[in-house]
Amino acid sequence: MTEQMTGAQALVRALENVGVDTVFGIPGGAILPAYDPLYDSTKVRHVLVRHEQGAGHAAEGYAQATGRVGVCMATSGPGATNLVTPIADAYMDSVPIVAITGQVPSAMIGTDAFQEADISGITMPITKHNFLVTDPADIARTIAEAFHIASTGRPGPVLVDIAKDALQAQTTFSWPPQLQLPGYRPVTKPHSKQIREAARLIVESKRPVLYVGGGVHKARAAGELRRLAEMTGIPVVTTLMARGTFPDSHPQHLGMPGMHGTVAAVGALQRSDLIIALGTRFDDRVTGKLSTFAPHAKVVHADIDPAEISKNRHADVPIVGDCREVLADLIVAVQNEFDAGRRGDYEAWWKVLNHYRETYPLGYKEFDDGSLAPQYVMQRMSAIVGPDALYVAGVGQHQMWAAHFISHERPGSFINSGGAGTMGFAVPAAMGAKVGCPDKVVWAIDGDGCFQMTNQELATCSIENIPIKVAVINNGNLGMVRQWQTLFYDERYSNTNLHSHRIPDFVKLAEAYGCVGLRCDRPEDVDATIEKAMEINDVPVVVDFVVHQDAMVWPMVPPGTSNDDIKVARDMAPVWDTDD
Amino acid sequence: MSKHTLSVLVENRPGVLARVASLFSRRGFNIDSLAVGPTEHDEISRMTIVVNVEDQPLEQVTKQLNKLVNVLKIVELDPAQSVQRELMLIKVRADAESRSHVLELVQLFRARCVDVAPDAVTIEVTGTADKLEAFIRVLEPFGIKELVQSGMVAIGRGSRSITDRSLRALDRSA
Repeated sequence: MTEQMTGAQALVRALENVGVDTVFGIPGGAILPAYDPLYDSTKVRHVLVRHEQGAGHAAEGYAQATGRVGVCMATSGPGATNLVTPIADAYMDSVPIVAITGQVPSAMIGTDAFQEADISGITMPITKHNFLVTDPADIARTIAEAFHIASTGRPGPVLVDIAKDALQAQTTFSWPPQLQLPGYRPVTKPHSKQIREAARLIVESKRPVLYVGGGVHKARAAGELRRLAEMTGIPVVTTLMARGTFPDSHPQHLGMPGMHGTVAAVGALQRSDLIIALGTRFDDRVTGKLSTFAPHAKVVHADIDPAEISKNRHADVPIVGDCREVLADLIVAVQNEFDAGRRGDYEAWWKVLNHYRETYPLGYKEFDDGSLAPQYVMQRMSAIVGPDALYVAGVGQHQMWAAHFISHERPGSFINSGGAGTMGFAVPAAMGAKVGCPDKVVWAIDGDGCFQMTNQELATCSIENIPIKVAVINNGNLGMVRQWQTLFYDERYSNTNLHSHRIPDFVKLAEAYGCVGLRCDRPEDVDATIEKAMEINDVPVVVDFVVHQDAMVWPMVPPGTSNDDIKVARDMAPVWDTDD
Repeated sequence: MSKHTLSVLVENRPGVLARVASLFSRRGFNIDSLAVGPTEHDEISRMTIVVNVEDQPLEQVTKQLNKLVNVLKIVELDPAQSVQRELMLIKVRADAESRSHVLELVQLFRARCVDVAPDAVTIEVTGTADKLEAFIRVLEPFGIKELVQSGMVAIGRGSRSITDRSLRALDRSA
């Protein structure tokens, strides 16, 4: 199929052909030619956002909710640089998005032209790959390549920067294009020898742990994970990016590991003799001080990105491959061990773990003055909203409470900014998730600091009929920073008080944006408020949960220390067994 | 720390050098020397990169390099199994009195005199880093006015070619 058209038409046609149904973006000078044929497209819905950062996070939310590539579009210069934060965020969390930016005409590149920024240079270290297109004949193929790269192997952001004159010029469109990516060959099939070795270690180990990261859900392998866990009886911990990949209600689940992990999850890793790490990268928030992390454990590390294996922690058994294939092969290999009469006995191990679990469950402190504890809000939301909703968190205390106190039962039901820790992620990402999954209830769980960074997208939600729900956990402060000031800076609260109990009035702000605004500041009103929010499905709802400013996230491993030094509350450390 | 010589075959496209250089700087790897140029195939450029790292970080360097979409192949060249050369041009003070001494050293080192002025000569010399260093030492007493040096280029000994297979990959994708 070949046809004469402009580069801009070729771009829109290519987007349609790769299956794009939604683009989040804002037009501007250099990208204008693309917006003209986009106006005519019956297949691609363009959601006009209020800030390009919102477009980028919306594309991320869309991608994480649907498993498809999210798309955002912006003009050159500041339009493109406003995408930098979401692109960096997507890079850290391996989210497949394609960012399309207009660039000044090719003859003007390098002249410091109006609204010129070298966005491909700027995003080089934060994209999986990027392209600068100056020839209209390259547009369709480049789009196909961008989607292929973003969605295969370890997913990630790809930026396509297109010069304005390439969009305007005539070209011959042909589809499907031949991809020209000779250096791009992701390995998905694990090596059978390594799988056998992993299976052998599994049945020989006494204290194994399945350390599950975001890669397992990205490989859509939650079912295989559950099968392996149940056939072996090995305990499971799920990282922040993997919450929901293994049901919280499952008896083998020990919760989230890391700086704010449960005592059982952190203790299990520290004391294990075998860590089976799946689609995870031994991030510093998980390991704490690396040299003291899980000192007795051998490591089986499976990841689709070979560069993650042995990057932070040496892998005794490295497995490069897609987690779904790895798990499927492991199930067979472990079954072979069972059939040969070799089976692990983890009874003593479970005794230790159950002791941790029973002695140090997640908990929180209620306040005597009748004010609201944020953790209680999460628990009630979890109970009333249920596990089928999508929960999209920002970054900070509310994110950790959402990770802990909402019961995550379904893979992919918890979306948040993990690696980059991007405040302001929740509202636009929830918007993108809702566009991708219009039939799901989508709750953004945000802090008052985060919310004030990107709440302009409520206008987009109202006008574009994207009825998300937002729970602002309003403690009036940059809560996590305040917590660190409480613990490590002698309670000197330098520049963390936002006064957002007073300004702005979030209820009025919500109403100004065409949303329903609700407020709740007493524990006895929480259920009724959440129920009311659940009844409103035609417009976005914002609930201002006014909570106590002194609530803290526990447990916590103080930064720079060993995971063995985890505290369950201020100055309260768990008592580990001395006999092991 | 030890030095490793990597031959990196890359697609001959704009921006590839920037991608490789930026990767080294942002991952905190030190480049000792870098040379880049065309190969016998128009579509492929070859970089010779000398890095100064431990074995473990070296594995990270090659893995991260491999993730660059434009990188086709990476081979570590063993100094014993490869020919490694650098090129240097040196401008040395040499008047009527000292010129013959300088030219004698040029002969000893199998270098070449490529330009002569009344008070200076310019010398071209190729060799291993050690040889070039030794040459600089013996010329220093005369007065080195200017010196320019290329990165190291290297090629494996024997008849095998590292570009063959990469070219086949290129053919398949074309």
